Amino acid sequence: MDAGQLAQYVMNGLMLGMMYALVAVGFTLFFGVLDIIKFSHGDVLTVGAFAALATFVALKGIGVASNPIFLIAMLVVALVSMAALGMLIARYLVMPLRSAPALNTLLITLMLGTVLREGVRLFYPQGANPKPFPALLPSDSIAIGNFNLRLDNVLMLAAGVLAIVGLQFLLNRTKLGLAIRAVAQDEETARTMGVNFTAIVLITFAIGSALAGYAGVMNGLYYNEINFGMGLYLGIIGFAAAIIGGLGSIYGAILGGFLFAALQTIGTVALPFASAYKDVFAFAVGILFMAWRPTGLIQEKISERV
Amino acid sequence: MLAKTKIAVALAALAFAGFTGGAAAKDKVKVGFIGPITGGVSANGLGGRNSADLAVKLRNADPKAKYEYELVVLDDECKPNVAVQVATKMAADKEIIGAATHYCSSTAIATVDVYHKFGLPVIVWGAVLPDITYRNKYAEVHRVNGTMINQNDANAELIYKAGFRNAAVIHDTTDYGKGHNEYFTKAFTKLGGKILGTFGVTADQQDFTAELTKIKALNPEVVYFGGLTPIGVRIRSQMDKLGIKAVFDGTSGIVSDAFIQGLGPLAEGSLAFREGAPTEKLPGGKFFMEKYNAQKYDNPPEAYGAFAFAAMDMILNSIEKVGPDRKKVIADLANVKDRDSIVGKITFDDHGQNTVAVITKYVVQDGKFVEWDESEYASGKRKLPGQK
Repeated sequence: MDAGQLAQYVMNGLMLGMMYALVAVGFTLFFGVLDIIKFSHGDVLTVGAFAALATFVALKGIGVASNPIFLIAMLVVALVSMAALGMLIARYLVMPLRSAPALNTLLITLMLGTVLREGVRLFYPQGANPKPFPALLPSDSIAIGNFNLRLDNVLMLAAGVLAIVGLQFLLNRTKLGLAIRAVAQDEETARTMGVNFTAIVLITFAIGSALAGYAGVMNGLYYNEINFGMGLYLGIIGFAAAIIGGLGSIYGAILGGFLFAALQTIGTVALPFASAYKDVFAFAVGILFMAWRPTGLIQEKISERV
Repeated sequence: MLAKTKIAVALAALAFAGFTGGAAAKDKVKVGFIGPITGGVSANGLGGRNSADLAVKLRNADPKAKYEYELVVLDDECKPNVAVQVATKMAADKEIIGAATHYCSSTAIATVDVYHKFGLPVIVWGAVLPDITYRNKYAEVHRVNGTMINQNDANAELIYKAGFRNAAVIHDTTDYGKGHNEYFTKAFTKLGGKILGTFGVTADQQDFTAELTKIKALNPEVVYFGGLTPIGVRIRSQMDKLGIKAVFDGTSGIVSDAFIQGLGPLAEGSLAFREGAPTEKLPGGKFFMEKYNAQKYDNPPEAYGAFAFAAMDMILNSIEKVGPDRKKVIADLANVKDRDSIVGKITFDDHGQNTVAVITKYVVQDGKFVEWDESEYASGKRKLPGQK
């Protein structure tokens, strides 16, 4: 294997890892504030991608032809509509089940995921077929030996990093972030300190779901193809990444996402047997990690909640 | 439903008997048809049923025919468990001498043992799974339409003739994809081509960049893909992202409008192959369509109607030749070579498989699946990627 090929694998892995990380961060945020697993997270990503695609089709229909306008409009629609969807889910499906066993929340969001997925399939025009997603970023590329470095990939990676840094800033440097962390640490104390619990939960769901919408648009731009089932697989991997990294920890989710992408790439490239087993390999190693570190690679700082 | 069909067919036969006048002297012989008459693929089943019915009617109208035929129609619903029941019912009826059976691969493969056990000669008219004829060597089971094997033979031949000598294979890990991998690899290496690498992928995989990066380093002239449209679209589009310039060589699994819609201009120059041919392109297609339309059936014959007609016609020919005896019919069908039919010459190999099966070759040209021989790629006006 030459250096160019290696660089290509690393680039592929980084792109994949970035998408997994963005999904995993959502899982971790929801778990942080409410201690629940929201299984429809991957399908929210799908809906976000399709909302962006619908925006594109609508804008094109009224004669817009500028890529930056498309991109900004698609991002705004996907982020805002998914934030709203996230809040609706939190308000009407998750919060009412606060006193029920956590299993019920998991189940209800699992069912919601199916509803969203099938909804896209049935109600989006010809939603059962794969849909081409427009390539809106500049597609210039430099070929360095076997390495095809594309400008759009670099831009997407930068955008992903920006989103994660932005989230970090929000959580650690703002009053809102302080409130979210307070709720995550101890709901009752946070309430007595005057934090509006409901508002914080809704905002957290809005942030997490908007991130999923962001990842959905990124996924579409990267693969130039979206389909109604894409979120299911991403959801499972994002969830696994969040668990392996340490549920409740943002860094853990990011680490888990990149780790998973690395494992899948290694599974395809370095192992002598057929690439069909790459998921077997990646998940098997994931199981080993969980056996080794049951609470995740990076543990939540407050662990007395158990 | 079944009883009604039977009555209708019997009535039709009676009507014909009356109409041919002195037919009372002819002996009655029963033949069978099985296909999915109800359920999701019933359009194909009804088209096949009508076509087999047409073969029987034309024969009964022929004054030179030695026997008067009655068609018994049973419905396998495209479900293996139902198919085994109806196949047993048909095979156990000793008055039925031969049958044209099954459109669905799952039902055809489930019933071969039944036909073998009861010694009923059958000709499969629509199912494409190779195992139906090749898993066992049953003298009773034959097939007029082609299989995945024929498809991949045609595929390998086309790309070899176009000057390509090596290929990388991506296939999904279902029986369908694995079958394609197996038969394409066999056909291509037999011609002298080289398979540089084989990659099994899951049928719902999203990201193929790792596999494709590896393929890029192997630098194949052709990327063969054995699988269905959704991941075909992803692989083709990700090939482009990684700057892989090879020919995208698909199978029957990608022959759909969704493939072209999903890729847009990127679909250009993709190859695909399918068993069978549009009815009007078949040697006897015009004759068949005229006769079919004259009967005013409620449903069109669909893609495999002509094959059902050919299968039934072949059984009737054998009975005419050797008499209404299952064993003699089987013996006759064991020696089928270059027999004329509306789907072209038919030759059965030692497994009862038609070896001169019709395969339609396609290439995507200007956003449409165009038949290869009529395309600008075949005429040399356009070139496949990397073609000299």
